[in-house]
Amino acid sequence: MEINIQHSDIYALAFHHRFQWEEAQQSYVILFPEGMVKLNGGAGEVIKRVDGKATVGDIITELKQAFPDAIGIEADIIGMFEMAYGKAWIRKV
Amino acid sequence: MTQISLGESVVQKELHAQAQNNGVAANLTQTQPLWLLAEVTYRCPLHCAFCYNPTDYDKHTQNELTTEQWIRTLREARKMGAIQLGISGGEPLLRDDIEDIVIEARKLGYYSNLITSGVGLTEKRIQAFKEGGLDHIQLSMHDITEEINNFITNTKTFELKKKVAAMIKGYGYPMVLNVVIHRYNIGHIKEILEMAEALGADYVELANTQYYGWSLVNRSQLMPLKEQIDEAERITNEFREKVGNKMKVFFVVPDYFGDRPKKCMNGWGEVFMIVTANGDVLPCHSARVLPNMVFPNVREKGLEYAWKESPAFNKYRGTAWMKNPCVSCPEKMNDLGGCRCQAFLLTGDAESADPVCSLSPHHHLIEKAIEYSKNPVIASQPIIFRTDKNSKKYVAGDKERIEEFHALP
Repeated sequence: MEINIQHSDIYALAFHHRFQWEEAQQSYVILFPEGMVKLNGGAGEVIKRVDGKATVGDIITELKQAFPDAIGIEADIIGMFEMAYGKAWIRKV
Repeated sequence: MTQISLGESVVQKELHAQAQNNGVAANLTQTQPLWLLAEVTYRCPLHCAFCYNPTDYDKHTQNELTTEQWIRTLREARKMGAIQLGISGGEPLLRDDIEDIVIEARKLGYYSNLITSGVGLTEKRIQAFKEGGLDHIQLSMHDITEEINNFITNTKTFELKKKVAAMIKGYGYPMVLNVVIHRYNIGHIKEILEMAEALGADYVELANTQYYGWSLVNRSQLMPLKEQIDEAERITNEFREKVGNKMKVFFVVPDYFGDRPKKCMNGWGEVFMIVTANGDVLPCHSARVLPNMVFPNVREKGLEYAWKESPAFNKYRGTAWMKNPCVSCPEKMNDLGGCRCQAFLLTGDAESADPVCSLSPHHHLIEKAIEYSKNPVIASQPIIFRTDKNSKKYVAGDKERIEEFHALP
């Protein structure tokens, strides 16, 4: 599903999905019926902040502060939201 | 037990996609039992003709693991990285300690799934599962008609399944329906999908029958025509476009009609580990059909040994065991030679190429099976249902119906 991500949008994890740190894999994962996805570092940092309260803008600001050396981070974050929404890992609140 | 995890199931697809994304192919040294399937009992109130449980399951119904042994198994597997837990059978609800298993699974951080026929799921139990932290329930459905449901399961469970579906939804669980597809229901795909939508299903897996255990015995009677499968897939695609993300529909393609085999279990001992009712540890559901194999048991050396060191788990890992045409095949990493059990059951040689592959020297066996299924005389033979009585016959050595599939070269 296509979506135009706006800074004012708020997202939450999709119903029946669980986000957690996996020690054995040293990564964050999203778990859902019959499947899981392993998130690489950046993707994990984005999804970790998707809590049904923070806006996309809030998350961008926070990540820019947390990773001041990352160049072009905003486009990456928006891209991650697009993908996560497209795959129905997150829902719009 | 349904047919969910055979072949390219959903989790496998995800894992596969992930492997591609990372640019890392499945690597021998990085195997990890991400998926633990606990086949907690082989007892079952249903008698499905397509069940892939072993035909001699009756001898494994004795000596089931205790609650404590299951809990220890869950802990060990979790330490090794297992994260998706399927609680299956038989009918797992025939055990009265599933509540304890669920609580432990949640504590350990598993994403847990109860795979059930729905028989035995009461309000009291589902409430306990919810409180205990069970993540989802996968319900097997068979058809939109009472006749076919009751026929193929050899029980009167149609009304019950609808009630259970409503109860699952009522408790806020994602509704995951698994429908095994065969000749008797393939003409109803559209109606089955509409029923799933009406029940509020979030996920539907249309699992074309794969032929192991009881379904192999009944292969000629269950196998649909290629044209019917193509039509079913077309209808499924149309339905997907209509419902979008609201309901995810998975169509598990039957391997008999493909050119190449499935990458069975995503590779032997790569990501799946199955612990059976009596504690045997298997790399796939039907591995016990293979000859000259000793499978480890959780009562003996534990899971770490089973996964890493046991000869059984190492036997078909990777490609070292292969012979031609697989060993020199440029596509060998795509499917790792297909399914060892299918190779053995159909050719008598567990190390031969899966005969589903058109490059296999035994591929004619598949073509013959498809021909047989179109033969009205063979196809009209009575179905042998999965019952304790029939299983006892197989245990006692009445293998007439099985041996006809050992078409030794």
